This record gives sequence, C-alpha cells and structure tokens, in this order.
Amino acid sequence: MSLVKRLETFDRRWIFLTVGLLVLLPLIWPVPLPITVGPRAQKFYDAIEALPEGSTVLLACDYDPGAKPELVPMTRSVLRHLFARHCKAIITCLWNGGPGLVDQTVREVGREQGKVYGVDYVDLGYKAGYEAVMVLMGQSIPNTFPTDQSGGVTTSYPIMQGIRNYSSFPILISISAGYPGTKEYVQQVEGRFHIKIIAGVTAVSAPEFYAYLQSGQLQGLLGGMAGAAEYEKLRGESGAATRGMVPQSFAHVFIAFCILAGNAVQWLKRREKSA
Amino acid sequence: MSLEVTAGARGWRWSSAAGVVLMLLALKARAEAPAAANSTPAPAPASGLEWKDVPNDAGHAVELDWKPSPDEAHPGVVATYVLERGPAPGGPWSVVDSTTGGSTTKVDPTLDRGVSYFYRVITVGPGGRTPALSVTGPVVATSQWFNTTRWSVLVLMFLFFAFVLWYIWSAQSGKKPFVRRIPGIDAIEEAIGRATEMGRPVLYVPGIQDIDEIQTVQGLIILESVAKMTARYQTPITVPVAYPIPFTIAEEMVRSGYLHAGRPEQYDPNSVRFVSPEQFAYVAALTGIMLRDRPAAHIFMGSFYAESLLLAETGFSTGAIQVAGTANVHQLPFFVVACDYTLIGEELYAASAYLSGEPRLVGGLKGADMMKVLIILMVLIGCILETLNLHGFTQWMATQ
Amino acid sequence: MKREIPLMATAVIGIFMILSFFVPHQLVSVPADFLQTSAVIVVAFGYVLGGANALRINFDAIYKRREGWPYKIVLVAGLLTMVTVGAIEGRGFQGEHTRFTWIYNSVYSPMQSTMFALLAFYIASAAFRAFRIRTLEAALLAVAALIVMIGRVPIGDWLTHALPAPYRLSALQEWIMDNPQNSAKRAILIGAALGVMATGLRVILGLERSYLSGED
Repeated sequence: MSLVKRLETFDRRWIFLTVGLLVLLPLIWPVPLPITVGPRAQKFYDAIEALPEGSTVLLACDYDPGAKPELVPMTRSVLRHLFARHCKAIITCLWNGGPGLVDQTVREVGREQGKVYGVDYVDLGYKAGYEAVMVLMGQSIPNTFPTDQSGGVTTSYPIMQGIRNYSSFPILISISAGYPGTKEYVQQVEGRFHIKIIAGVTAVSAPEFYAYLQSGQLQGLLGGMAGAAEYEKLRGESGAATRGMVPQSFAHVFIAFCILAGNAVQWLKRREKSA
Repeated sequence: MSLEVTAGARGWRWSSAAGVVLMLLALKARAEAPAAANSTPAPAPASGLEWKDVPNDAGHAVELDWKPSPDEAHPGVVATYVLERGPAPGGPWSVVDSTTGGSTTKVDPTLDRGVSYFYRVITVGPGGRTPALSVTGPVVATSQWFNTTRWSVLVLMFLFFAFVLWYIWSAQSGKKPFVRRIPGIDAIEEAIGRATEMGRPVLYVPGIQDIDEIQTVQGLIILESVAKMTARYQTPITVPVAYPIPFTIAEEMVRSGYLHAGRPEQYDPNSVRFVSPEQFAYVAALTGIMLRDRPAAHIFMGSFYAESLLLAETGFSTGAIQVAGTANVHQLPFFVVACDYTLIGEELYAASAYLSGEPRLVGGLKGADMMKVLIILMVLIGCILETLNLHGFTQWMATQ
Repeated sequence: MKREIPLMATAVIGIFMILSFFVPHQLVSVPADFLQTSAVIVVAFGYVLGGANALRINFDAIYKRREGWPYKIVLVAGLLTMVTVGAIEGRGFQGEHTRFTWIYNSVYSPMQSTMFALLAFYIASAAFRAFRIRTLEAALLAVAALIVMIGRVPIGDWLTHALPAPYRLSALQEWIMDNPQNSAKRAILIGAALGVMATGLRVILGLERSYLSGED
C-alpha cells in the first residue's frame, strides 16, 4: 500500500489517542504559558468592579454538567469577585440538568469565602418554563421562585427582603451554555426591563454574542475556558480555567496540524494521480 | 536592698501619676468628641419635588425629581435622599427608596394603578434628617394604550406582513415567483434514492428541541415531504424524536406522507420513536441507531446544539450521505464540515416551501426576501445618515 | 371542528401576544401576563407527560422483547429510582447532602461531562478528514480558522510575542472575530429571524396547517 493510501485510511483512533495525551500530559506536568487579557473579558471585569459595594446581583447559571469545564470556573470567579466587593448574589437556573451542579458550586464558594446562605447568597434553584420564566421574573421573583433549591421559603431569607423583580438589581450576570440562556435574556429581558447584562458563555456560542456586545445589549462577555482564564488573571487567581489553557493550547495546535496534514495528504494523492 | 525598694517605690509613684494624667486627658477627649460630632448641622431640606408619569407602561411607575439641598455644596453634610410615600398629605409615611447624595431623580415602579399617593423627600446626613417643607401629590400613575418607542417595530412588522400576504395572494392567483435551486434540498431526494438502491433505511432527525421552537415545527413540516418520498420509493424511514409533543406530531406527519403517496398500508407505526429529552441520552440513542441499523441517508433538519458534531461524525463513519439544516449558527460549521449538504439559516425555513411547491408557501418566501431587501436599504441609509451625524433615523429605530 | 378550534386558538393567542408587545395597557398586559404564567405551568406538566410517555413506550418495548430491550430495563429502572428517591427525600430533595444529590453528582454529572468530552476527539478527526482546501474561498477560510484557533489560546501570543502587539495572533483573531465574522453572523441571524417570523406568521394565520394532523 502506498504511503498516501496508508495516510488516507489510517485508523482515526490514533488521532483520538494523540488528543487524549495532549490534554492529559499538561494537566499532570503543567507548562506555564502567559495569558493575554482581551477587551471583552476586561469589560466583564470592569462591569463588576463598577458595582456599588453591597449591591445585590442576579446571577443566572443556565448550564448542566456538559459545560462544567468552561462555565464552573467562571461561576466560581464571579462569586469570589462579588463577595470580595461585599456584594450579594441571588442565583437561578433554568436548565433541568443543572441545579445540582450550580448549587454545589455556589455553596463551595460561599463556604470558602465565609459567607452565610440566605444572608449573602441564595440559590433559588430550577424553574421549568424557558423564556416564560424570564418574563415572569420581571413581574415578581419571589412569586416565580416561591421556594429555593433546598425547599426553603424564598421570602424567609434576609437577602430576599425588598427583592421584587429585575429593577431590584443593578446588573444581571448570565452564565449560560445554550438555550435558554444569555440570548433569551437579551431578547426578552434587556429590552423590556432595561437591566444591564454581562455574560459568560461557552466558546462555541461566544461569537454569536459579539454582535450584542457591539450594540451595547451586553456590557461584557467571557467566551469559554479562555475567557474564564482571562477573568481569573484579572482577579489574580490561578484556577481550573488557567490550568486548562495549556491542554487547550496543545489541542488547538494539534487540530491545526490535522487540517494541514489532511490537506497535505490530499495534495500528495492528487500528485500521485497526475503522475 | 533598701535603696532598690526606695527607687522602685519612687518609680511606681511617677508611673501612677502619669497614668492618672493620661486618663484625665482621655476623658477630656471623649467629652469633646460628641461636641465635635454634634457640631455638624442637619442638612437643609431638598425642595421642588415634582412627579411625572412614566410613559409606555401599565400604570405602575412614576418618575420623581427634586432640587438638591443647598448643603450639597458642603462636603459631608448630605449623605442620602430618602423618598417616602403615603396615602394622604399627612401620612402615614413609608419609605419607598433612597438615593445617594448628588442624585436627584428616582423612578418608583411599585404604584397601584389609578390610586392617589403623596410623596415627600427627606435629606439625611450625619447631622440628622430634614424633611422637605412640602409634600407632593396627588400622584397617580396611568397606563397607556401604545408604547410610542415601538413605532418602528410596528411599521416594519406591518410592512413585512404586507409583503408576505401580497406575494401569497399573488402566487395563489397564478403568478408563482421564481425560487432558486438550493442544492441541499435537491440532495434530499438524491439521498433517499441512494438509500433505496442500497436497500437501507433513511434516518430523519427533526432536531433536539420541543415544539415551542420554530425550527422543530419546520423540521416536522419537512418530515411530511420526506415521508412522502420514502413512501414513493418504498424505503423505510426511522424518526427518533426527543420530546413527547413532537413525537405525536411526527407520527401524524409520517402517516400523512404515506397517505399522500398513496401507500397508507405501508406506514409502520414503529418508524417514529420517542427517545429522550436529555441531550446526550438522545444522541447516544441516535448514534446507536446509526451504527446498528446502518441507514444509508441521514437527514438532520431542526435545532441542534453540541450533539451536532457527534451525530455528523458518527454518521460519516458509517458511510451514509448526510443532509443537514439548522438555524443555530454556532452548529453550522460542524454540519458544513461533516455533512455532504447543509441548509444554512433561513434555507431551513425555505425548505418546506421548496419541497411542497405550494403557491402560498413560495409566496411567503418571496415576501420574506423583499423584507430582506428593505432591511439592506435601511442599513445602507442608516450608515450614511450616521456618517453625516444625522441620528434621527437611528433614534426612531431604537426601542424601549 | 377538530382542526378549526386549534387554528382559531393559535390565531387569537398569537395575535394577542403580538399586540401585548405594543400595548402596555392593563387590558392587554394583565391577560398576557396570565398567559405567560400558564405557559410555565404547561411546560412543567409537559415533563409529567414526557415521563409517562417514556414509561409507556419502554414498557411496551420490554414486553414485546424489541431490539435492545435489556437497555430499556436499565432506563426504566433509572427513571423509577430517581423518582422514588426524590419522593422519599421530600421537599428538599435537591438539598446539599441528600441521596438524590449524591446520585446526581456521582452518576448523572460524570456521564454528561463524558459525552460532552467526546466532542474534542470528534473535532480532531473531522479536521483531518473533512477540511479540504479546494477553492480560494476554502483557503481563506482555512487561514482564518488557523489564526483564530491558535490566536484564541495563550500559545498564539507565545509564538508571536516578538511581533508588535497589533500583529500578534491574539490581536488578529480579535479583528477577524469582530469584523468579518460578526458581519456575516449578523446577516445570517437577520435572515434566520425573518424566516422565524415568516413561519410564525403562516402558523398564526393558519396558512401552515400540516403540523396539526398532516392533512391540508
């Protein structure tokens, strides 16, 4: 079999193995790589920095374990940033597979920062209904979420005193992996209720939101693990996202190599044919 | 020894005296401190509280403005302004909201429609609280019949409806508009033909979302045309569905397709399968079908997310011909790379018109295209006007 | 009447919801809010319907020993286990230290993450197999893809750190994403939005009826 034929038909499991090793090895033996902060992550950071100290913020975490590597580091960093500014957070989730993960993440950070559940933060949990829930929250958040994630009565928590609807918050932070999520908040909430929105989304959907950022409907955007790593750098942290950037770098370079290699094989094949 | 005792005793007396002096000084400072704090006077009151109804709402909000306290000029005298509301000029008063010093406007969005209220503003500082000399009222929030900031949306919406309805009527009168060929839609019949030749089934996936997603509706509409084709070619079709309501509709669409093809007896009720609304459970089931049943043609029409690449790559590995269509732009690259043909964005919505050839659907397509021409013109005009520093058009287009 | 009633209901409610976007008056906004609340309730009941449907179909497949029926037993067992555990835990079943949460963290969460992680392998194999540069446009696309892929991660700037800042890979990828990519994406989004509106209009006016019972 000619070299070209062998390259054309070789088992793609070798590619899978290479990707696996390129991701695994840097996690075991980290290689330091400098992270450059982009303008979108900077805007996201600045939007939280501009919040008056002590504000209560709505944090919409709309994702499930599939998006864990990209969005959980963002959620952690956002909460730490808010708590560092003595802000409070009210957390919601509109994905039916997500409330457990979101609750776990939020409580871990709350404990780590010495914050009290119900006073400094509360997890209102999951509500079925997609965009209809977003619009309902514009009428009344306590009525939309009468109980929190653990089954407690929402209005019994000190943090919920005086919270009515979106007008009770200076900002909405949307961390989302798809539908329903940031796009629906921009379409249904930003225009109707005039609340400032910043977002953290998965890398694959981030380009969709650049238009919203340019038009001013979003005030800041974190895109994927890279965005989370930039945010961690601004925060002076070195978390899961920063550690994940080296494997991601190697994986990207390998995929670029795959594109070039695949085309090189095709070019060799055409040359062989014409010869 | 006696010398040491004497020196120690003398030292003790000096330190005691020093301690007493220090204590007296501290007491004096503490006595003076309240006097120093008390010397900051209570701020002068704010004045001129005015109200206006917030427009374009359902009658729950008013905007309040006031003139600041004259003591704003003296730093540290004015801390906040507190707004209070009551049912009568004499109260009883309850706090509505507050603003920091320097800010003299606030919207109260908590009014009951049609009810009269009275407001007063209290200036608060380290020196105390000073209510304004007068109250403002009666304040009544009213609702409006039309949101005047949405004129542009209304005009464009009517234009769009007019275009679509005009071209539907025109097509139904016999003037069917020309629709260019879309290779992806033509490829559907080619894919079904190939499956027939190979004696293998067709796999049709109407997306991963529920019936409230318009792409799912569109995917199910296209399914009827595809089912008609598979009935004509006598090729089995498999339709795995993620949600219960699309599942029942998909059953109807496939049955109807066989009926229209004149082969109702060949309809297999097991061809439509309810799988799971859980994204990766659904894709695991689909890849299992692909690897076990080896359909020769895969047609993906609808809303897809992260599972799109898993589906398309697994499908490619089985050697099937693949046609995909989605309006989820973030998944288009995966379909373009891994499928033989891809319908991009609104080509998915055009597919039902294209496949059925029905005049009213084709007319609707033309109407949407005319709207696109109008939007292009508006973008060009807007760019020129903005470049010339004329912002009226942009302001008219902005909505609240 | 079987088709006419749903068509009429669709038309009336569809037009009413469009009206509620323009009319803030309580005569429209109060019923519209009620419909929004009702939608939430209907979606919640949809899950009950889905669960019942899943049980019905899978029990039928197990009973008739259809292909893959042992796996359907696993599915039914999983469904019934989660429902039972959640019911036993009571109101706070999603609390921090409940058995329900333990199953979620130990079984569901890792399985979800694993399936999502498969994408990385599939992207690499698709990149080798499918990304063919046969035309000028494809070549431009490939160059842009390479710049964006490498520029988006730290290794891009590390490779080009000797260049002035505006010419490093991260700056180039920002420009590509902000300008040509954004423009094209906006155009696709506008087109898709018009498609949604056209389809929605056809459904509301009853011009598109095939989704009701498949007959015209």
